[in-house]
Amino acid sequence: MALFKTLSLKINHAFSKIKNKSGLTELELKEAMREVRMALLEADVNFLVAKEFINKVTSKAIGSDILRGLNSSQQVIKLVNDELVELMGSRFSKLMVSDSLPSVYMMCGLQGSGKTTMCGKLAKILAKDNKKVLLAACDIYRPAAIKQLQIIGERSKTQVFEKGQIDPIIISKQAVEYAKTNGYDTVILDTAGRLHIDEKLMEELRSIKLAVKPTEILLVVDSMLGQDSVNVADRFNQDLDISGVILTKLDGDTRGGAALSIKAICGKPIKYVGIGEKLEDIEPFHPDRMASRILGMGDVLTLIEKAQDAISEENAKKIAKKIKNSSFDLEDYLDQLNGIKKMGGMKDMLDMIPGLSGKVSAKDIDDKSFDRTKAIIYSMTPEERHKPEIIKASRRKRISKGSGTSVQEVNKLLNQFEQMKLMMKKVSSGKFKFPF
Amino acid sequence: MGFFLKLKEGLKKTRESISRKFFEAFKTKELDQKFYDALEVALISADMGYIATENILNRLRTEIPSKKISKPEEAKTLLKKILLETIDYEIPNYEFPLLILISGVNGVGKTTAVGKLAKLFVSQGKSVVIAAADTFRAAASEQLEIWAERAGVRVISHSEGSDPAAVVFDTLISAKTKGTQVIIVDTAGRLHNKKNLMEELKKINRVIDRELPNSDRRNLIVLDATTGQNAVRQVEVFNEAIEIDGIILTKLDGTAKGGVVMAIAEEQNIPVYYAGVGEGIDDLIPFDAKDFIDAILD
Ligand SMILES: Nc1nc2c(ncn2[C@@H]2O[C@H](COP(=O)(O)OP(=O)(O)OP(=O)(O)O)[C@@H](O)[C@H]2O)c(=O)[nH]1
Ligand SMILES: [Mg+2]
Repeated sequence: MALFKTLSLKINHAFSKIKNKSGLTELELKEAMREVRMALLEADVNFLVAKEFINKVTSKAIGSDILRGLNSSQQVIKLVNDELVELMGSRFSKLMVSDSLPSVYMMCGLQGSGKTTMCGKLAKILAKDNKKVLLAACDIYRPAAIKQLQIIGERSKTQVFEKGQIDPIIISKQAVEYAKTNGYDTVILDTAGRLHIDEKLMEELRSIKLAVKPTEILLVVDSMLGQDSVNVADRFNQDLDISGVILTKLDGDTRGGAALSIKAICGKPIKYVGIGEKLEDIEPFHPDRMASRILGMGDVLTLIEKAQDAISEENAKKIAKKIKNSSFDLEDYLDQLNGIKKMGGMKDMLDMIPGLSGKVSAKDIDDKSFDRTKAIIYSMTPEERHKPEIIKASRRKRISKGSGTSVQEVNKLLNQFEQMKLMMKKVSSGKFKFPF
Repeated sequence: MGFFLKLKEGLKKTRESISRKFFEAFKTKELDQKFYDALEVALISADMGYIATENILNRLRTEIPSKKISKPEEAKTLLKKILLETIDYEIPNYEFPLLILISGVNGVGKTTAVGKLAKLFVSQGKSVVIAAADTFRAAASEQLEIWAERAGVRVISHSEGSDPAAVVFDTLISAKTKGTQVIIVDTAGRLHNKKNLMEELKKINRVIDRELPNSDRRNLIVLDATTGQNAVRQVEVFNEAIEIDGIILTKLDGTAKGGVVMAIAEEQNIPVYYAGVGEGIDDLIPFDAKDFIDAILD
């Protein structure tokens, strides 16, 4: 039994009942909202946040003309989406820079949330921004924590300041001093993971804050957190008045309800998200994309951006133009496929593709099918690649023979290509609608 | 923003412990809708998940009238019984030589659990060797070596980036020649949706199958008690890959209660073996279902 479906599937389901109905009764609305609530809870949104969210959307819907108007279900969906986006913060907020250098960023969070890796990722991003970064090893408790930061420092080509296992308050003070005298404009403090209820260790963080007056205090949280997320975020925020949040491990298949809850509870912006173990695997947090991911639209925008990163800018422009005037052909598709390797493989991208997210599991796809697709395209003539509509039965047979695949596979590819073209066009023209 | 203010107010209550929420539920005078609502909040707060929670509530709704229960205290006893039935398993005794393969997603407490387990077996007079099969994460083997030293056991490690299955192979050979009784394998954290990393884990598993076909063998997944419903997926996928025998539930010293094991038990028959309750080497205790439930409810 598929008891634990993803949030997007659940919400899709909730609204499939009222899909395309114009005019909803209050009762029907409440019924749909009950399912949304269930979906939110199964996605680890804190029960209180879910409750308030549902109340707010429900009363907004009732108070407006939505229920009477045409296409009311679409409008309710839009309302849910808009509220979600608003709740998660309205736009990407960058790290603040201090007037009197160096800027100091203090990382904190529970054990195992991914602080140390995140230090390296931020260092890389900041270095790209022409900052001279110093990493300070303030985790004196976890075995080999300093060593881990040193290795990450090496990998990100960042200097690491460490004093062994002495008082972390002294380490952080000295690190900032060292930065000042040695021309570093940015210091990142890697503190030890700790429980929010550990009085002694929370006091340590308060003392570090007092000693170095960080430009930002960033709470690093695991995106898989459950109901406890609000307690954690609230306590760190109360004790330290954090300035922002960083979500990690978003490359997993969690729906990330914690993100919603934390934002709702402490009102601080989520600044970055970690999406993998490599130091490049970091992205700015985009509230709207997160909302659309949760709602099952797939993270189209991220996908496009990644594609642009992987292909050259010039190439991307060319493709965008081709999509717009419908001249995107199989030759271009082949280029894309070859580019996907650079984007980190197919599986990462699956979840971002609208209509596919949650429906296709990693099991269904392997890189071999990828190679087969390529083989099929390679067996086509240039004309066929350019005008796939001319590929009729006899050509299909020839292509399947040439590529060592079956006619069905060739058919499938051609169908998928057509669908993809359609989707791309919708996305690029901004006409893309919810897939439910 | 009104929304935040409202939440803040509600939060005053949230911040109170989960046990407190159960207390609130069971202090109602009658077993009415209010009681069930309060209980729903408590069960969900403990991360039992919406579905497991509803299943539990539905059982109460039928059994409370049929058993003619009217006092909240009796309802509490019934709830405890239902919860206990869900997660109380008989764990087969260990036989030696014993191999424990530790796996799980990133940062849940695998390496710490390996150190604690080593100490546990040493204190029972067993000889122990650890395989440092996390060859991926920065300073992973250094971290493990410190734990091994604390526990007073041997550890076999290769250089960073080498094949983890090869580390395991070497450890098994060494254990065989030395007649070591307990082999514990620490592996790299991996998210269950990363196919290539799961393949790597399967490979490690196959090496053990091949080299130690007849020994007692437990594949334990480490779950972080602060994790929400995603833990259900974690167990499902790891189990599919290497057949999980049991769970180590860590970080129970925080405010999260790890109720997700209830949701897991509803879907899969996988018992919890141990509970992690701190960062010290002795902070690992054999899991006791009754104590666990009492700790959540009382
Ligand atoms: N409070 C508390 N912290 C724990 C517990 N178990 C582990 N930790 C801490 O959690 C953090 C991560 O632990 P590790 O043992 O390194 O986790 P891991 O799963 O091996 O991590 P990776 O190998 O990086 O995936 C460390 O700071 C540990 O001290 C526990 O039971 N309670
Ligand atoms: Mg480890």
